[in-house]
Amino acid sequence: MKYLTLAATTFLATSAYADTPELVVYTYDSFVSDWGPGPVIEKAFEQTCACDLRFVGMGDGAALLARLKLEGARSDADVVLGLDTSLIAAAKETGLFAQTAVTADYDLPIAWNDDSFVAYDWGYFAFVHGTDLTPPANFKALADSDLKIVIQDPRSSTPGLGLLMWVKAAYGDEAPAIWEGLADNVVTVTKGWSEAYGLFLEGEADMVLSYTTSPAYHLIAEEDATKTAAAFDEGHYMQIEVVGKLAGSDQPDLADAFMQFMVADAAQTALPTTNWMYPAVMPAEGLPKGFETLITPGKALLIPNEDVPALREEALAEWLSALSQ
Amino acid sequence: MALRAFAISTKTGIGAAALVVGLILAAICAVLTRAEFGSGLGPADWSAIRFTVFQAAISAALSSLLAIPIARALARRRFPGRGLLVTLLGAPFILPVIVAVLGLLTVFGRAGWLNMALSDLNLPTLSIYGLHGVVLAHVFFNLPLATRLMLQAWQTIPAERFRLAAQLDLTPRAVFQSIEWPMLRQIVPGTAALIFVICLTSFAVALTLGGGPRATTIELAIYQAFRFDFDLSRAAILSLVQLALAGSAALLALWIIPSVSMGGGQDRPRQRWDARGGVQRIIDILAIGIGALFLLLPLGAIVTRGLAGILLTPASVWQAAGTSVGVAMVSIAVLLVLALPMAGWIATAKRGSVEAVGLFGVAASPLMIGTGWFILINPFADPIALALPVTALVNALMALPFALRILVPPLRDTVQVYGRLSQALSLTGWPFWRWVALPRLRPQIGFAMGLTGALSMGDLGVIALFADQDRTTLPLQMYRLMGSYQMEAAAGAALILLALSLGIFWIFDKAGRMNAEA
Repeated sequence: MKYLTLAATTFLATSAYADTPELVVYTYDSFVSDWGPGPVIEKAFEQTCACDLRFVGMGDGAALLARLKLEGARSDADVVLGLDTSLIAAAKETGLFAQTAVTADYDLPIAWNDDSFVAYDWGYFAFVHGTDLTPPANFKALADSDLKIVIQDPRSSTPGLGLLMWVKAAYGDEAPAIWEGLADNVVTVTKGWSEAYGLFLEGEADMVLSYTTSPAYHLIAEEDATKTAAAFDEGHYMQIEVVGKLAGSDQPDLADAFMQFMVADAAQTALPTTNWMYPAVMPAEGLPKGFETLITPGKALLIPNEDVPALREEALAEWLSALSQ
Repeated sequence: MALRAFAISTKTGIGAAALVVGLILAAICAVLTRAEFGSGLGPADWSAIRFTVFQAAISAALSSLLAIPIARALARRRFPGRGLLVTLLGAPFILPVIVAVLGLLTVFGRAGWLNMALSDLNLPTLSIYGLHGVVLAHVFFNLPLATRLMLQAWQTIPAERFRLAAQLDLTPRAVFQSIEWPMLRQIVPGTAALIFVICLTSFAVALTLGGGPRATTIELAIYQAFRFDFDLSRAAILSLVQLALAGSAALLALWIIPSVSMGGGQDRPRQRWDARGGVQRIIDILAIGIGALFLLLPLGAIVTRGLAGILLTPASVWQAAGTSVGVAMVSIAVLLVLALPMAGWIATAKRGSVEAVGLFGVAASPLMIGTGWFILINPFADPIALALPVTALVNALMALPFALRILVPPLRDTVQVYGRLSQALSLTGWPFWRWVALPRLRPQIGFAMGLTGALSMGDLGVIALFADQDRTTLPLQMYRLMGSYQMEAAAGAALILLALSLGIFWIFDKAGRMNAEA
């Protein structure tokens, strides 16, 4: 009898466990940190899905893609959250992503109608600086100034790659000349965003490559209004962050539900003050107070996803030769 | 060395060494199985290799040379705070790169203390960015380690030697030539080789302080091959280049180390009659003073930054701290199992060059080992579930060369001096370890355990490839905080990390040195 009970409870426990499906979402590290959107979104989604949402954080967007390529079709992941527009072409080439029917009423500066990836937030790259400084109006003015900047290495960091694309999108074949002009402004190049931003806050540089939304963090979370971003008149390059479903997922419906959730009000309201980016779909209550102080670029730049891989090689070679002199 | 002592069985040592080499080669082979061949090394890779070797050689030479006067001064002086200073020598080495870099920049950066003082005095300011900055940071990391290794070697010189020198009324110069120089010839090449290999795998330090892509190292090229190009064959080739460079440096160093023994003594406390003169005193005060300033100013900056943030650290930081301590303890256990038999083998081997095997652990790119093992584990088990054991193992591998450098010289002496007697008494194998080697090596074992624990605490390495939300170590949690703009909380986490690492280091080191002079 005792064994029967034991068997019964084991069976019940297993079936109860099986009743709670698990959705595994690969994402970048800062998304799952305590201040990132991860905890809020996990709680809100689990209330609606009767499932267990598990975030696995690893490096940044590029690390995510490298990991997927390593795991191939065997990946445990159902959803990948945190690739950006410069990685989409490479991600599609893997053939690991499934198409999705999830759509939303996007509020992006460009039209978004990708068949595999759903945009969940976006931002403009920009040079962030203290309000005591008169910012240059564009890259050429920056190159002519004595201002010191710290940037990220495009070989190891997503914003670093974004800057390459920014200069390329704004100046095309003139890009090498722009980089040669900027060479003496670059204090140093860091491995990732965190190092660069840390250096900037320590006073090592006048400006740092970040996002137009970075000052919102200082204003809202720290009540510090001394940081702002420089508006460049050639336009600002966009980064759109996307979420996609893997073809090998054993929870395709749940994955779709999660992607739909990411563009619904609950997630979109949380993202601006946790991920410090613009929501892809405007929440009912609008942007959080403080976002109205941010600069709004006159022109949004974005190189089409499919052109990124070829341009990337060219732009990297130009960058290396200009900054290695 | 004509004598070949057989007091220690070499089988377990050779087995441990084979395991170490196997673990690393397996990782590289695993990466190669997934590589599409075709891409070789480009001109950019060759210039990365040149820069890497150049900066590593300068850093190694400077760290080893500057360590000599400091270690000598510490070896022959007793002053209040000396014990604390010796413990703090372990600190820079275990810091996560970004923490150390920010600490250095607080002192030497554009807006740092040094430049503020210079501009107050109307002197031109200095820029830390460039090759000199890379070397400065590498010296900050490695000078204390070199000092500690040399200090330990000074302690193994029998007191009788100095007593005899004093009786003969040798000048300080003569004492240096006859006693200390032969000892240094044994220690310096190995120390320099170790530092050279550590600097070979430098990435974030070299890039950040090097001021741009001029300062591209092999490790950055590996990172780029993995992450940017997903070119696994290039990543594997670059890793092999890294291993080959490290191996040649190690072989060269170990080949020029002369095999002389300091001879036995009665383990009396050392007295240094030669150090009593005024000039000697001034030299020592200067060496300790400058060394301590160079070490303590950036550390002080880290502590100051951290104190402000410590109250902001979330509970998850403490949880991650607990995980890190656990990983560190496992690393220490794994290290002992690998290092003691290997040290025994190396100490009795005719050629010291087999110690080069140990250097593999630190010469292999953590990204390569992590990726390789990820590929190996993935078909059979969930790599995420094995994140912590793999991290502990890799951390132990990384600490192995340091442990060997610490253990081998005194063990070789022990075997040479006590080997024949022990054999005559049939004290071989485990009884030899139990009654002769382990008691004599206790300070070194404690030092090695402490260093391993601290290194393991501070390492970001492979965990970043495997981690999920629930399995994070303290350095990873700190990076996540930085990535969410929480720079102050991250500084607090860094301080907790520094305190815990030093605590672990201090406990083991102290336990080893208890009732022993060091």
